[in-house]
Amino acid sequence: MAGLISRSTATMRKTYAWFDHRLGLDKPLREAAAHPTPSSSASWWYVFGSAATVLFILQVVTGILLGLVYSPSAGDAWSSLEFINHNITLGWFLRAMHGWGSDFMVIVVLVHMMQVFVFGAYKFPRELTWILGVFLLLFTLGMAFTGQVLRFDQDAYWGLGIGASIVGRVPWIGGRLVHWMLGGPIIGGRTLSRFFDLHVFIIPGLLFLFAALHIWMVLRLGVNEWPMPGRLVSKLSYEREYHEANAKNGVPFVPDAAWKDAVFAAAILLSVMACALLFGPFGPGGQPDPTIIQTVPKPDAPFLWIYAVLAYLPADLETPAIFIAPIVIIGGLLLLPLIASEGEKHWSRRPIAVLTLALSAVTLAIFTQLGTYTPWSPKMDAWSAAPTPAVYLHDRSPLERQGALVLQYKQCRNCHSLGGVGGLRGPALDSIATRMTEDQMIRQVLQGGGNMPAYGNALSPAETTALVSFLLTLRGNNLPRAVDVSHGLTHTAPPAVPDQPATQGAR
Amino acid sequence: MTSPEPQKQVSPPLQPQMAASAPDSDTRSRRAFLFKISLLLNGLVGAVLAVPIFGYLFGPTFKKGSSYKSWVSLGPITDFPEGETRLASYHNPLTAPSDGATGTEACWVRRIQGNQFQVFAVNCAHLNCPVRWFPQSRLFMCPCHGGVYYQDGSRASGPPTRGLFEYQYSVNSNNLMIFAGQMPTLSNRACNQNPLVQIENSAPGTASDTSARVDQWPA
Repeated sequence: MAGLISRSTATMRKTYAWFDHRLGLDKPLREAAAHPTPSSSASWWYVFGSAATVLFILQVVTGILLGLVYSPSAGDAWSSLEFINHNITLGWFLRAMHGWGSDFMVIVVLVHMMQVFVFGAYKFPRELTWILGVFLLLFTLGMAFTGQVLRFDQDAYWGLGIGASIVGRVPWIGGRLVHWMLGGPIIGGRTLSRFFDLHVFIIPGLLFLFAALHIWMVLRLGVNEWPMPGRLVSKLSYEREYHEANAKNGVPFVPDAAWKDAVFAAAILLSVMACALLFGPFGPGGQPDPTIIQTVPKPDAPFLWIYAVLAYLPADLETPAIFIAPIVIIGGLLLLPLIASEGEKHWSRRPIAVLTLALSAVTLAIFTQLGTYTPWSPKMDAWSAAPTPAVYLHDRSPLERQGALVLQYKQCRNCHSLGGVGGLRGPALDSIATRMTEDQMIRQVLQGGGNMPAYGNALSPAETTALVSFLLTLRGNNLPRAVDVSHGLTHTAPPAVPDQPATQGAR
Repeated sequence: MTSPEPQKQVSPPLQPQMAASAPDSDTRSRRAFLFKISLLLNGLVGAVLAVPIFGYLFGPTFKKGSSYKSWVSLGPITDFPEGETRLASYHNPLTAPSDGATGTEACWVRRIQGNQFQVFAVNCAHLNCPVRWFPQSRLFMCPCHGGVYYQDGSRASGPPTRGLFEYQYSVNSNNLMIFAGQMPTLSNRACNQNPLVQIENSAPGTASDTSARVDQWPA
């Protein structure tokens, strides 16, 4: 038995040697794996890059598997996804892993980038590594967007509409660019095929190429050392100092540092699987039928912040901002290592850098959070789905109750909330009578303004009277009514400000 | 283990001609010249090859937007009661076999009276999301960023900078036709002339059953 084992081991070694004599990869790979790494960098802070690579491999594997069943045709894509979800063994799980893997990859790439920024790792001689990394971030976001398009549901369809509409704002050639993006005059089969090409061939190819160069440069230039306050980077001496320090205190990457990468990668993969198992696949949502307009399109999580920014930009600033802001942001990221290639690496000596990062992160988080509940949009079904709170109907006159009906029937609730339910586009109306007089209400309702449509054409005089008489009863926690102070100056008798405890609002 | 495999026999000298005489400088410069010529040749081939690739890839941009459009029917005008706004749909004049349901487009038809219509694209003028008609408040509302339009398509509030895109229409033997075929954007408008129709200016009664277009769009 022992002889058999030793004989088969010998055969395997011989086979390995036969291959390596021809491939010659054994020595360079061993050297690459054991390349000296600053012992300070064998840290849990240095695991995000390898985790992003592992997630990319997961996306490639799950993507190839989904490609076995997915049909990249506008007529069949949606139903082929439903088929994967319901008819293919564990198809739903594969789709869920691909979807959650995408979100995880975007987050891990961003965290990796933040870590590199805070640790000053983009400085000499690693400028190009950072620049390629910026492209890797853009490609990752490109994969997320094109992936959302391939999930050819209503969100994907109207997301393409939003994209086309942005492209259509390009001066001079916008119209032609829209046709180029869509592959024709409308969103259809050729549009989906284009994005399939991007998602499956072009962007992954670029990702492979750029990731390979990125990792090659990490090996060639060495892992960034742990920054120390006061240790400045100088192009004259940095590389010599780095290699001298490594020769003295360096540790081989495998196994001294690599075990942390491996543990973190396993944790990330387990997290993706856990999310896939607990939350399931992303859609597909409604069928991509343009005649079904009862839809509220929304982009996927990585793009919610853009969706929110587009809602808040002033109309005149929108087109310039859409085209100038990306150039400034991406250009700034690309130029950063060239502008700040020397000097201090430690965060405690780079207050502007840390503040810039904190501000960017908070801004992104706030806009993303706003994107989850879109306070700028009318709630399209609030007028029929959100009843008037019963407390606002107690002890009201017939005219006031008629006004409450008008408020519902004319879709006011789509933009105005009562009792915390309804749209957030306009102000809540629970205490409107404490802020506006009767005259102001009539003017506002009939003429609109301040981002409110005019209802003069949609309300009869009787409806207006009823509506305003109801609004005048909405005084929050029984607060006093708004009073027109000029009224007393122009009228001999002071206006009667009725104190009506019976018509109080909530509580 | 990594020792090279034993050579079975003494091999004859490699490249006997080369071994016989080292290349002199004339041969070298001739070869360098030939190499440059070969690069030039491949550059030419590449340029020729680029023509069909470029044409195939950028084909959709060569066509003028208006050439995508043609007259399509939305059905008999009796489908559209006077004073109401209804959703209609049509099959896009130009479709590909793989378009599926996306080849059918929707539009809002407002019949003002008689043969006077307004046909709006469902796409919001802000970022193309589908607007919904609310007959009670006589407003179009967009679910994406809160663009709102009045019943005549003019902007009421929200981020849009203009009114709804409007199609050119005609009434042909009691059929409502529109001139459509491309998704409207700020660059590719549904109608090349006046984006917004002023209802008051249109002279009622001039539009007859066979009139090709109403007077808002001079030919």
